[in-house]
Amino acid sequence: MIIEHIDAQLPGAVTDRHAFRGDQTIVVAKENLLALVDLLYREGFQLLVDITAVDWPEREQRFDMVYHWLNLASQERLRVKVPVADGGTVPSLTGHFKTADWFEREVFDLFGIRFDGHPNMKRLLTWDDFPGHALRKDFPLDGGDPFCMEGCTAPYNNGERARD
Amino acid sequence: MIVNLGPSHPTTHGTLRIILALEGETILKATPEMGYLHRGVEKLGENLSYQQFIPLTDRLNYCSSIMNNVGYTCAVEKLLGIEIPKRAQQIRVLVSELARIADHIVCVGVNAVDIGAFTAFLYLFRQRETVYDLFEMAAGQRLHTSFTRIGGLFRDIPEGFVPLCERFLVECEASVDECERLLTHNPIWHDRTKGIGAISPEDAVNWGYTGPCLRAAGVPQDLRKAQPYLGYETYDFDIPVGTTGDVFDRYLVRMEEMRQSLRIIRQVLDRLEPGPVNVDDPKIALPSKEKVYTRMESLIHHFKLIMHGMEMPVGEVYSATEAANGELGFYIVSDGGKNPYRIRVRPPCLPIFSSFHDQVKGCLIADAVAVLGAMNIIAGELDR
Repeated sequence: MIIEHIDAQLPGAVTDRHAFRGDQTIVVAKENLLALVDLLYREGFQLLVDITAVDWPEREQRFDMVYHWLNLASQERLRVKVPVADGGTVPSLTGHFKTADWFEREVFDLFGIRFDGHPNMKRLLTWDDFPGHALRKDFPLDGGDPFCMEGCTAPYNNGERARD
Repeated sequence: MIVNLGPSHPTTHGTLRIILALEGETILKATPEMGYLHRGVEKLGENLSYQQFIPLTDRLNYCSSIMNNVGYTCAVEKLLGIEIPKRAQQIRVLVSELARIADHIVCVGVNAVDIGAFTAFLYLFRQRETVYDLFEMAAGQRLHTSFTRIGGLFRDIPEGFVPLCERFLVECEASVDECERLLTHNPIWHDRTKGIGAISPEDAVNWGYTGPCLRAAGVPQDLRKAQPYLGYETYDFDIPVGTTGDVFDRYLVRMEEMRQSLRIIRQVLDRLEPGPVNVDDPKIALPSKEKVYTRMESLIHHFKLIMHGMEMPVGEVYSATEAANGELGFYIVSDGGKNPYRIRVRPPCLPIFSSFHDQVKGCLIADAVAVLGAMNIIAGELDR
């Protein structure tokens, strides 16, 4: 239902869509994200349930930002995905949803994606000097020695462990 | 003045540090620091098979582990597109409601201790022990239950479970009554809880609140009614709703939810019929040990499931259940491999706790302790 409204009011904004096991997903470019959020808010999608990301290292647009919304009146759910390149930024949703504050900091912390307009873009879960971003696919599972940072012979470099 | 509240302070409920900027006793700013556990649960999930992730879900909310087991396995079953047998659904509802009671007991009881009311905690904790006795009978574990399996349950509930559960229903109701007599009309309890941490329904939604904290603010959102799963739509129960969203309303909502959970458990016990507790699909459910030792096909299926995992479809799902603290969501991306490509846990605590500074700004330190307990702060849910 909501997807038809989006198509009518933001023609061309949705670049891809699919439904799987009853979950509706749309893909939008980051330039259209804030306009989409305005529309969703007006249509009753006022509970921003979750923000996360998925790392696809082999893709040109390496990350998928993933937003889950819930309409409390109709109980309709919608997943919105926004592709982002490594080093790219995404508009912050903190202006619309207070809950976006920590969710975006968490994504920044664990994936290294930055959010334009975020009032406090600091790490949320790890300490400020933590090397790399733990949920990137190229970050080692064992974590190596996270206390071995400056001056270390085998430090991390943006999530990759240097070879001896 | 800067004061560290936690991480070892008993009212911070786990490994959580809150840096308070104070003017006398009044809080100017509260900056939480979590992540002391940093178990990397989502990263681990990407490197474990779907079955192997179940014990990690126990650690997400250690006060109601079984609800996390249920939430996760429901998500994987949604990805697989399967429905589990009726008896398994009923037992999942049964243990989930027991876990909800245990969780609320911890929240209300410990919040009361934080505020200075110790007796209520003792009255309630007696019942929590019985719940853990029941979990021990069913799962073999008291705290980290790992009770569910993809496609059903670890095993059926044993003999002796139902009589103890029936006794629990009577005794727990009496304990809830006792606790209410101690607290609900107690003027000191009122002074410490009424008007503290109040939040409007609009703000609660904007902060991403779910569960008892959202309902205490006046929004009747409960996934068991709104988006029923495991046959919740067939049970008769009410959703308690508050008006102000303050600490007192959160207490009242949780107390009433305990009564409603007892109502649901009684209905489950009345309708429980014999039947299988796992799907009849050897490519999903592990065969019983008896069959593994006596039948070649079962041995092969067991080997294939353990060594190669299940054949998963390619796709992505988000599945949410109503856990004790609110909406517990699992977002799973599958690329068809043995492990999830991405597994995201949406814990109810994180969005609720993100509003902590707004809740306590201008309050006294003692109020911050009351608010923290009423949010049911679970460090395992804040951490990743």
